[in-house]
Amino acid sequence: MNPVNYLYLSALLFTIGATGVLIRRNAIVVFMCIELMLNACNLAFVVFSRMHGNLDGQIIAFFTMVVAAAEVVVGLAIIVSLFRTRHSASVDDASLMKL
Amino acid sequence: MENLIALLIAAPLLGAAVLLVGGRRLDAVGHWIGTLLSTVSFVFGLILFVDLLGKGAEHRTLIKHLYSWVPVAGFQADVTFRLDQLSMTFVLLITGVGSLIHLYSVGYMEHDERRRRFFGYLNLFLAAMLLLVLADNYLLLYVGWEGVGLASYLLIGFWQHKPSAATAAKKAFLVNRVGDMGLSIAIMLMFTTFGSFAFGPVLNHAGDASEGKLTAIGLMLLLAACGKSAQVPLQSWLGDAMEGPTPVSALIHAATMVTAGVYLIVRSGAVFNAAPDAQLAVTVVGAVTLLFGAIVGCAKDDIKKALAGSTMSQIGYMILAAGLGPIGYVFAIMHLVTHGFFKAGLFLGAGSVMHGMNDEVDMRKYGGLRTYMPVTFITFGLGYLAIIGFPGLSGFFSKDKIIEAAFAKGGTEGWILGGAALLGAAITAFYMTRVMLMTFFGEKRWQPDENGHEPHPHESPRVMTIPMILLAVGSVCAGGLFSIGDRFLHWLEPITGHSEGNSPLSAAAVTGATMVCLVIGVGIAWAQYGRGPVPVVAPRGSLLTRAARRDLLQDDFNHVVLVRGGEHLTRSLVYVDHTLVDGVVNGTAAGFGGLSGRLRRIQNGFARSYAVSMFGGAALLVAATLLMRAV
Amino acid sequence: MSAQLAAYATSTGEAFQFWVLGAIAVMGALGTVFMKKSVHSALSLAGTMIVLAVFYLANGAYFLGIVQIVVYTGAIMMLFLFVVMLVGVTAADSLKETIKGQRWLALLCGVGFGVLLFAGIGNASLKEFDGTGQANANGNVEGLASLIFTKYVFAFEITGALLITAAVGAMVLTHRERTERAKTQRELSEQRVREGKHLPPLPAPGVYARHNAVDIAGLLPDGTPSELSVNRTLRERGQIRDVSAQALGDLRALEQRSEERLERTETDPAHFKRAEEASK
Repeated sequence: MNPVNYLYLSALLFTIGATGVLIRRNAIVVFMCIELMLNACNLAFVVFSRMHGNLDGQIIAFFTMVVAAAEVVVGLAIIVSLFRTRHSASVDDASLMKL
Repeated sequence: MENLIALLIAAPLLGAAVLLVGGRRLDAVGHWIGTLLSTVSFVFGLILFVDLLGKGAEHRTLIKHLYSWVPVAGFQADVTFRLDQLSMTFVLLITGVGSLIHLYSVGYMEHDERRRRFFGYLNLFLAAMLLLVLADNYLLLYVGWEGVGLASYLLIGFWQHKPSAATAAKKAFLVNRVGDMGLSIAIMLMFTTFGSFAFGPVLNHAGDASEGKLTAIGLMLLLAACGKSAQVPLQSWLGDAMEGPTPVSALIHAATMVTAGVYLIVRSGAVFNAAPDAQLAVTVVGAVTLLFGAIVGCAKDDIKKALAGSTMSQIGYMILAAGLGPIGYVFAIMHLVTHGFFKAGLFLGAGSVMHGMNDEVDMRKYGGLRTYMPVTFITFGLGYLAIIGFPGLSGFFSKDKIIEAAFAKGGTEGWILGGAALLGAAITAFYMTRVMLMTFFGEKRWQPDENGHEPHPHESPRVMTIPMILLAVGSVCAGGLFSIGDRFLHWLEPITGHSEGNSPLSAAAVTGATMVCLVIGVGIAWAQYGRGPVPVVAPRGSLLTRAARRDLLQDDFNHVVLVRGGEHLTRSLVYVDHTLVDGVVNGTAAGFGGLSGRLRRIQNGFARSYAVSMFGGAALLVAATLLMRAV
Repeated sequence: MSAQLAAYATSTGEAFQFWVLGAIAVMGALGTVFMKKSVHSALSLAGTMIVLAVFYLANGAYFLGIVQIVVYTGAIMMLFLFVVMLVGVTAADSLKETIKGQRWLALLCGVGFGVLLFAGIGNASLKEFDGTGQANANGNVEGLASLIFTKYVFAFEITGALLITAAVGAMVLTHRERTERAKTQRELSEQRVREGKHLPPLPAPGVYARHNAVDIAGLLPDGTPSELSVNRTLRERGQIRDVSAQALGDLRALEQRSEERLERTETDPAHFKRAEEASK
């Protein structure tokens, strides 16, 4: 098998995640889809690292994880406060620039 | 001595300011203030004249630099006055005739409650006219030029409660504006050509410029002269200008302002001498106008309009003479001065007649007035004899010289111009005899007006007859005074230059021909109006007569060509504006409005819709990248 | 193992693993997107992440593989689950699209983007794979460490700052500052009386019924469920379970049994009727 298949998988996962972001209304699911996209990227980085024979790709993936962790913390906090005020986690409900 | 030049202008200007600002308090004495200041100006003029006479011919130019008006590097406009023989002649004519007419107006406007204002305007006119003839550069001349235009507008429309007067004032103003545009363009052309518009640099270096530029300047100056002096094709305003009070017609629209065009051409003689094409245009305009005005004058029953046609015609003579170059300059000015006397006298006489006839202007309702108004009859008659060129009177000398000069032009042109001038002399004799006969001879034809008041013709008060008498004296003597011994020629020659030309006819032959024309003209008029009674209602007349009654269709021509053409142009422009310009503008606005209405829907506030746009954009970027790589 | 990975083609074992786990990962991803309940989505995502962790290990990224399991699957996904619990674990989303054309645009973009990515990968010259054998010679963790603390030290420091900021940000977002003294119980009860609110304690859920859970409304004496007895959050989510019909059925069964035991032939129709009306 050619390791390029990993890249195809990565692309597939990324596309599925992106489509999910566009389709789902529940903010938590949307957020999960974003995580899926990030993970797909990480997979690609790891495969690139293998392809080039150095560890820089893995470093980037590592940083991506850190950033993703930070993003999850803030994002979930936003969802919680959103839910507190609107009693709903739907992103479509937040379509006006006011509460 | 030079300071007197500024005072010359300052006196009437002060009068205008005092009278116009002073308000009703001056109503009682306003007319005397105006007359006094006008006379003061005349006295200053006389003092300067005596001073000039005392000097040698080459020292007779006085320059008075008052102040720098626009002191910009490369553009120097000064308020500088120039008094030389030419301006001196004008100063004396303007202030002299002006003062007499001021005096006359005291009587004529006696019953007008706005008399003070009238005198204010008259003084304003005098100041502007003096500025015009005393200016040492064209820009300052232009100020005076516009000033007399303003005064003319105000005075034509003085009886503004009459719609006809208001319209006539507006018409005069608008037509003059066309000419003024010519003058302003001429000044700009001078500036680009000579780098200056002062008389000295322009006239002394006129020969250095290319003939094309000089022709352009000359034609623009001619346009200016046409507007101010009512020459074809800008003649249409003068007849209507008779709506103004008669003293105004006498001063502004006969003796002085309308001759400003002649002054302009003679003053700019150096330019015209170097541009033969422009000169030819001047002579053509002059010849056409002298016949045009004369024909119009033959058909008018309104005494003032008949005289207005005559004025137009006489100024045509002057313009013709001015267009002849050094052969004619002196005679143009000489005729201008004599015309100033006799035409002012004639107008004052007409005013006197009107004064006695309840402001009736239709000559068919006069008749036999010589016994009722002897002084008016005699002074008017002397003016009449002067204008038709009766031997020994002033018109005889000046007009005869112009006809001689026209022949002296030489060649075919000379014959045509001379012939036109001779024909004009015959027609002049005809229409002036007609005016004379219809007004002062024959049966009395006046009738009660609609209120049943029958006019009681009476002689005018002395304050009116004295100016008429003085002007009649001028009409009689001026010509002889100027011509005998060629005094006027020697006086003006240093400024205008003079050459004799090569006339194919001897002076005696021309004089003889003129006399024959005179007799023919008077004879025909006598046959038509002197032998039998004059019909009170105008007969239908021939085609030419009817056309002449309508001012030879000048207004119809203007209406068809200018007004109608302008309307069509405007309408098409409006159409273009409404459909094309507004269409583009409104279409753009509507397009953006519609586009915004559609784009607005995209901004629905849903984060997911925005995410789709983002994602689609990212997809496009990837596609573009791949495409670029592939290429 | 590393020597094999460096080869141009991978081993048969890895290929088998890729195809099996790859299919699971894709299924997990699809589950994340299309599951109605968010808790199922979260579980699907966790599955995909574990598969990815295995793939990291297979690609020579041992450290990342472990971190993926510990940090991502362990920590981040648990955080997700906490929030899911907070928002409502049983709440099912409607997958019906409300924005006109959104689904078609999303699909178009997704398919287009996927096709482009595939085309890009297919076009790229990815014939040579060096493998991570050389890089991992001194151990994967040591290799990463030496890079992080030399070449990427600045980025590393910055991510530290980012994490701190994120933690503080999350606190700021969710923390509600108390600006006045907390009210005592006496004050609260006085306020309730003053405002004319519900004075006695709210009814307990799940009472007078066979079921006893927080999401079941307590039945009033006449058999109607009282919504006041359910937690406000559950009420707002619409997660009240209605068991009144079941309770009435139970009641009828009880009466029937007692009739049988007492050998009564006539039942009181009026009693039944009243009970039915009450249930409506």
